[in-house]
Amino acid sequence: MLPVVKLVAQRIALGVLLLFATSILIFVGTLILPGDVAQAILGQSATPQSLANLREEMGLNDPAWLRYFQWLGGVLQGDLGTSLSNGRDIATQIGARLGNTLFLAFWAAIVAVPLAIFLGLLAVRYRDRWPDKLISGFTLASISLPEFFLGYVLIFFFAVKWRWFPSVATIYDSMSFGQKLDAIVLPAAVLTLVILAHMMRMTRAAILNVMQSAYIETAELKGLTTFDVIRKHAFPNAIAPIVNVVMLNLAYLVVGVVVVEVVFVYPGMGQYLVDHVSKRDVPVVQACGLIFAAVYIGLNMTADIVSILANPRLRHPK
Amino acid sequence: MSDDTFLRVRDLKIGATAYPPGEPPKWIEIVHGVSFDLEKGKVLGLIGESGAGKSTIGLAALGYGRGGVDISGGEVWVNGRNILASGMRDLRRLRGAEVTYVSQSAAASFNPAKKLMEQVIEASVRHGRFSKSKAEKRAVELFAKLGLPDPETIGNRYPHQVSGGQLQRVMTAMALCPQPDLVVFDEPTTALDVTTQIDVLKAIKEAIADTGVAAIYITHDLAVVAQVADDIMVLRMGEKVEYGTTDQIINAPQEDYTRALVSVRSIRHEEKHPTDEPVLSVQNITARYRGTSFDVLHDVSVDVYPGQTLAVVGESGSGKSTLARVITGLLPPRDGQIEFTGRTLSPALEGRTREDLRELQMIYQMADVAMNPRHTVGTIIGRPLEFYFGLKGAAKKKRIKELLDEIEMGEGFLDRYPAELSGGQKQRVCIARALAAKPKLIICDEVTSALDPLVADGILKLLLNLQKSENVAYLFITHDIATVRAIADSIAVMYQGRVQRYGVKSTVLAPPFDDYTDLLLSSVPEMELGWLEEVVEHRRMTSAGN
Repeated sequence: MLPVVKLVAQRIALGVLLLFATSILIFVGTLILPGDVAQAILGQSATPQSLANLREEMGLNDPAWLRYFQWLGGVLQGDLGTSLSNGRDIATQIGARLGNTLFLAFWAAIVAVPLAIFLGLLAVRYRDRWPDKLISGFTLASISLPEFFLGYVLIFFFAVKWRWFPSVATIYDSMSFGQKLDAIVLPAAVLTLVILAHMMRMTRAAILNVMQSAYIETAELKGLTTFDVIRKHAFPNAIAPIVNVVMLNLAYLVVGVVVVEVVFVYPGMGQYLVDHVSKRDVPVVQACGLIFAAVYIGLNMTADIVSILANPRLRHPK
Repeated sequence: MSDDTFLRVRDLKIGATAYPPGEPPKWIEIVHGVSFDLEKGKVLGLIGESGAGKSTIGLAALGYGRGGVDISGGEVWVNGRNILASGMRDLRRLRGAEVTYVSQSAAASFNPAKKLMEQVIEASVRHGRFSKSKAEKRAVELFAKLGLPDPETIGNRYPHQVSGGQLQRVMTAMALCPQPDLVVFDEPTTALDVTTQIDVLKAIKEAIADTGVAAIYITHDLAVVAQVADDIMVLRMGEKVEYGTTDQIINAPQEDYTRALVSVRSIRHEEKHPTDEPVLSVQNITARYRGTSFDVLHDVSVDVYPGQTLAVVGESGSGKSTLARVITGLLPPRDGQIEFTGRTLSPALEGRTREDLRELQMIYQMADVAMNPRHTVGTIIGRPLEFYFGLKGAAKKKRIKELLDEIEMGEGFLDRYPAELSGGQKQRVCIARALAAKPKLIICDEVTSALDPLVADGILKLLLNLQKSENVAYLFITHDIATVRAIADSIAVMYQGRVQRYGVKSTVLAPPFDDYTDLLLSSVPEMELGWLEEVVEHRRMTSAGN
């Protein structure tokens, strides 16, 4: 068997294992919190008798490990339980929210990733000259400003002053694709600005590192233009670190955009999670935690696998 | 200037800007006005020690300054154009088309992420010299001409799938592919084992002859350049020392410096015969690295006698450095034992006493990484004095000065940092540090390989003198036969983890040889014209006779 197949299989197995470990952590974490679900449901009206009855009914007296496996078994079959606050099925609710979050994340990534890499290449090409400094300065400024501030600045100009785009990014199922896109322009722009700097700087650093190599000199002595040297000879050898940072930022787009969602009133996962944390709706928090963990682990695993595949020594052993 | 003159260099001046800390930037000239001509189909050898500016001059033929190096004056005429006066676009058109380059380390000079063929034809296609399919056909022809295995398919491999010697030939093919007028060979065989070097050298020489290309051949090894060059220019510290035909430079050098280069390695060392008990006895050592499933050393046994030198010689991968790791305890062997001054050493470093450590010292190939760059020479040499003998204050200082005298450097170096020393001086400080422990045996791992020939000679002489005065034994690891001749009393030839041949120097270096030792000895370039052809012819005859 090729060593690369073995390595990739190992990474995937490790990812799955990690996900199970996280599910235990999430479950245990909610156990440690004071009070339990029965108390949360009954609230002020709880009497010892009603608590005991409800606990019996919900199976809360079973040992923790049994409840964990019941919960896990449900999750594996797509049953995330029911919400305490409104009694509805969590999976259906999350389904719609997750779809929205992925929609926004996808379009932000489509713009941000190629742009960041292109700007990184450009910064290397004009290293230490004004285009490099301009790119660095602009991206650093955009990452340094808080997201909500960027959001309100964009709303002020593009929505209020010039009226190009809506300030509220709420989307519904009934909207057409074009309407949806129009609605998310501003939040997607904010997200792009936020993740641009990190990816662009990593691209620049990784390529500059490769530019020290002897084979770059070989390429220069072949009479290639500087941009060709970077694109053909430096970039392919800098993929691994770049992909790592790209994946980290994609993960952020899915799990870390609460503030932007709130600013633009966007019905995504972040808002959903925050709402239910404040309502102490434990099953929903568990379900969201698990999905976020899966996204993080999945994307980082992808980064690892791409790094392995990008290494010709592993792909083509002697 | 005749019509055939293709390259004309006039008063070439090259320099770099240095940024000493706390001082304003300073312009340092590296090459001080060098001139030469090169006709079509001729080979010019540039020879000199490191820092002579030979690579810098070679790269100037492509209008290229490595690192922060700038060409500051003079003219470089290629095909009737002064390339130093032309812009970046013209230079790009020249590079990879009219003038190409073969570097010292082909292994580092190929892009690891791309197939060889793609890289070999890149410049030809890019400059429109050939179409992609024509260039590929040409590359395959060149692969065959350069004696590469599977010329049809080797281009589909990645650099790491090909050996170092083969990569060097692929790089030569890459340089020849666009049909350039000039190829600059920058130490193309220096990083190779001698037995590999001879094949690559022959391939390069034939390729130059067949294609009629002009070449600049840069090397520090006069014996190598004597085999390929028509003319030789000897350089020293950026200045021309001597410039003449190869025959004249080798057989009738005019300048003292050239004479020193020609007669380098003239140390004659009378071998001593094994006397009493060996100081070190390596017995039936078998070893492998952790996590691997094959032995790197197989049943190795050698003895080193007090005050004598055992040279362990072999190519890279022969296990000679591994042997040093086993003896020092860094790699506990799987089998066998080591006796040192009559006692059996613990196989692992942890089990050794301070006395064991003191009596067995080591000197390394890379002197600059074997010293703490933030310690002064005094601290570096003083450390073992304190550690092993508890010397302090005036007594320690006195001993440090004695040691500095012994390595012919003197107390003026006491407060210098390693960065302020030359390569040879660094190696001397490492020798003093080893001597400070008053060892019975010093393991010298390729201690002269990174040094220029004349400097290396000085180190070898010093080591021999110290051996006489201190009666210390050396286990001298090297790949260089000339060094072995100069310093050894007995020799162990290693090949693929086994001792192939072992005994006193005169026996080991005299026929009848085993096949490997014969190959190794006959591959060492000799400083005479036509040596390469003779050896190749001889080998062809013997293999035909078999």
